[in-house]
Amino acid sequence: MTTRQFGQPLKRNEDPRLLTGRALFTDDVQLPGMLHVAFWRSDLAHALIRSVDVESARKRPGVVAVYTAEDLGDFWQPGPLLLPPPPVEKLEFYPRTQVPLAKGMVRHAGEAVAMVVAESRYLAEDALDEVLVDYEPLEAVVDLEAALHDDAPLVHEDLGSNVNARVTQTKGDWAAAESEADLIIRRRFHYDRGTAAAMENRGIVSSWDERSQRLTVWDTTQAPIAIRNGLAAMLGLSEHQVRVIAPFIGGGFGPKIMMFYPEEVLLAWGALKLNCSLKWIEDREENFYATTQERGQMHDAAIALKSDGTVLGVKDVFLHDAGAYAPYGLTLPINSQCTLLGPYVVPNYHSEFTSVFTNKPIVTPYRGAGRQHGVFVMERLLDAAARRLSLDPAEIRRKNFIPPEEFPFSNEIIYQDFAPLVYDSGNYEPALDRALELIDYERFKREEQPRREAAGERVGIAVVNYIEGTGIGPYEGARVTVEASGKVSVATGVGTQGQGHYTSFAQVVAEQIGVDVSDIHVVTGDTDLFYWGAGTFASRGAVVAGNAMHAAATKVRGKILKLAGEKLEAAEEDLELIEGRVQVKGVPQTSISLGELAAEANPMRGAVQPGTEPGLEATEYFGPERGATASGVHAMILRVDPDTFLLEIERYVVVHDCGTVINPLILEGQIQGGVAQGIGNAFYEQLHFDENGALRNASLMDYLLPTASDIPNIVSDHVETPSPLNPLGVKGAGEAGAIPVGALFAQALDDAYRDIELEVREIPLSPNRLFELVGEALTREPA
Amino acid sequence: MNQTIELIVNGKQYRRTVEPRLLLCDFLRNELGLTGTHVGCEHGVCGACTVLLDREAVRSCLLFAVQANGREIATVEGLGEGPQQMHALQHGFWETHGLQCGYCTPGILMSLVPFLEENPNPTEEEIRDLLSGNICRCTGYQKIVESVQLGARLLRETSK
Repeated sequence: MTTRQFGQPLKRNEDPRLLTGRALFTDDVQLPGMLHVAFWRSDLAHALIRSVDVESARKRPGVVAVYTAEDLGDFWQPGPLLLPPPPVEKLEFYPRTQVPLAKGMVRHAGEAVAMVVAESRYLAEDALDEVLVDYEPLEAVVDLEAALHDDAPLVHEDLGSNVNARVTQTKGDWAAAESEADLIIRRRFHYDRGTAAAMENRGIVSSWDERSQRLTVWDTTQAPIAIRNGLAAMLGLSEHQVRVIAPFIGGGFGPKIMMFYPEEVLLAWGALKLNCSLKWIEDREENFYATTQERGQMHDAAIALKSDGTVLGVKDVFLHDAGAYAPYGLTLPINSQCTLLGPYVVPNYHSEFTSVFTNKPIVTPYRGAGRQHGVFVMERLLDAAARRLSLDPAEIRRKNFIPPEEFPFSNEIIYQDFAPLVYDSGNYEPALDRALELIDYERFKREEQPRREAAGERVGIAVVNYIEGTGIGPYEGARVTVEASGKVSVATGVGTQGQGHYTSFAQVVAEQIGVDVSDIHVVTGDTDLFYWGAGTFASRGAVVAGNAMHAAATKVRGKILKLAGEKLEAAEEDLELIEGRVQVKGVPQTSISLGELAAEANPMRGAVQPGTEPGLEATEYFGPERGATASGVHAMILRVDPDTFLLEIERYVVVHDCGTVINPLILEGQIQGGVAQGIGNAFYEQLHFDENGALRNASLMDYLLPTASDIPNIVSDHVETPSPLNPLGVKGAGEAGAIPVGALFAQALDDAYRDIELEVREIPLSPNRLFELVGEALTREPA
Repeated sequence: MNQTIELIVNGKQYRRTVEPRLLLCDFLRNELGLTGTHVGCEHGVCGACTVLLDREAVRSCLLFAVQANGREIATVEGLGEGPQQMHALQHGFWETHGLQCGYCTPGILMSLVPFLEENPNPTEEEIRDLLSGNICRCTGYQKIVESVQLGARLLRETSK
């Protein structure tokens, strides 16, 4: 038998190229005669543009062209709305999308006003100093609540208010839950902005070849096919004239999918206009303004319970910071709204949000994509309730879990994929038990914590749950081809940003075709090699593209067996695929190699049966009816230095359920990386905007990314509840690690300071902020 | 006023005429085509652009090419003999899944070379201390630490 490769912790096919500096990233593309682009960006968040004078910039040596919004003519159009609003009754929606270059008004600091093209990046950046913009500064919209005041300045004047959308979704009857409740807890929670800070900034190389009449674009995008389709439409080209390549990408995390970044549109336009190749590479400072961000929300929430801790209902009213433009529709606040319900039975739910335009950078999904907020609100409400009811945090959660026999479980509201929010499968209690065991919960509370507290230490423990809707549609496709060399090539439309697709997809294919994973060559993110697809987002690569791989590989397997049966004069059911050969079961002498079969399947001369398709190849697509619901439990023991308020994470446990596991090594990497981003989000990373909308910490010196000294080793384990919604039984895993970490920190800190009844109601925190919160708790009058 | 510089990169002699303001990272990437050295922040924080200057780890975004005149540079392309014959440290990272997107990896590898020469058998704390000069946004560092431990062991075994 061929050793089974699916489900094994195989090392990755892509690594040798990455480890030896031979992998192609966008900035590595060098073309003859290539010109370089730099953008003049606004340093004001909100201002009228009286005039833009680029004459002296144009005259600088080495400068080829300088463009403003006026120069774009009819090409100047606001970007498309990526997603229409979901079909929810009485929804209000006022979309405004980003523009290629600001015209008349700038709406956030960092918005591009002029584009310089020069012979080198150095010369292009020099010329930015000569661009003269005459502004009239306006009061900026920064605070979410103030944005809704009647006299607030307006981000989009024509709308008459700063409201981007209002959506209410309900389940059951909150008012009834409120009247039946023994206990109602009301709280205000605040979650603030951070940035994804992928190590590779964004970049684009756009090259127009007049002779072949083709545009080739290398782009740090998570969705190359959608970029191709959009660029072709905007430029009046056929889709076959545009090739978009997403090569190796240095981290995505969400913000690298945004149709369209102004730069994507402008570089394509400029390459055609100048009949040349153009390159733009974002610098780190630009990344803080011009790449999208996430996480500003303010929640006013309430939970109604019986005295035994049974949840009767939740009410949540929140504001969502959409930034200056909202091209992504309502994905983020809808995710917050839907994820709040978690793994719990919440019979009555009233959730309403207002999405608010502000003069801050654009907001689009960043790993977790609104889910953090929902989890934070629900977990904090449960913690507050547990404290009031003298229940253990783990027990109030257990008490309210959806029982395993209740799946599929409907929450009766609409999810981001516009499908009803129905959990496909889940089994929450074993994961909680395992996490409690791994963190040694009982013993810590009974022995270790009292002992250490008596010695003057501040130590806390926490355990939180989350669910994540993953693997949403619409669809992805894959083409699997056995080549005459006996090796297998695989193509799909999704882009890859470090998730190990070259390996995990190969494992799915290897399962059907019986070749070694190292003999399977996977291509992702090149629109010339696969035409159809949506992109890498919403923890969907393994689920949607993975199942397309599975379908295509299964079909190729059928073709292999049929042809081999003819050649070996054996019944198909008597054949097996082993190590690149097909043999009669148990008779290795009667066999034929896949390479020979592939050659036979593609005859160069002679006649074939009418209707014969050449090659051992198949293209298949997969589209799930709705997303697959992953879940998990995080637990942590935290020590706080009572003088400096620095934290030490002494133990961190993740028990995760993402259905069938394709590659446990890659999965572990995804979880650990997600947790690290979650820790950054919880205690290190915060974007500080001042009252004028200027970002005060737009550098990696001032915006603190966690380092190897800050992130602990993570102990992880898995529960496998396969999804019934796809043949592989997989659920997504990419975002999960990052989602519950804020809630976990809050509970652990509350526990460490339970003597003074600390209650953390905001994320991100920092040593300074923790010092303030502890100070407030100390001086608060006892309730 | 352009200047002519001569230097050795990965054992090979180069002579080029450059602008004094040309950064070393841009010189390596754009003039010599050694694009394995990555640029992450251009202000010396992230460590992705780390190369060796006379066997010491330096940030090539904080140096000008002219400062490397007459000196010897090593980049990730010179570590090992390429994808088919990698350096022990690279094997450590491959076996242990010490990279995801791989963008920060060359800088981490180059930071580790002099570190492991000086300290061939480091503790986890020493490894984490060294790694704290390089930011990785994908892995959460745990598997990088394990990779360094394995790489160090493989290095010790090959140097015996």
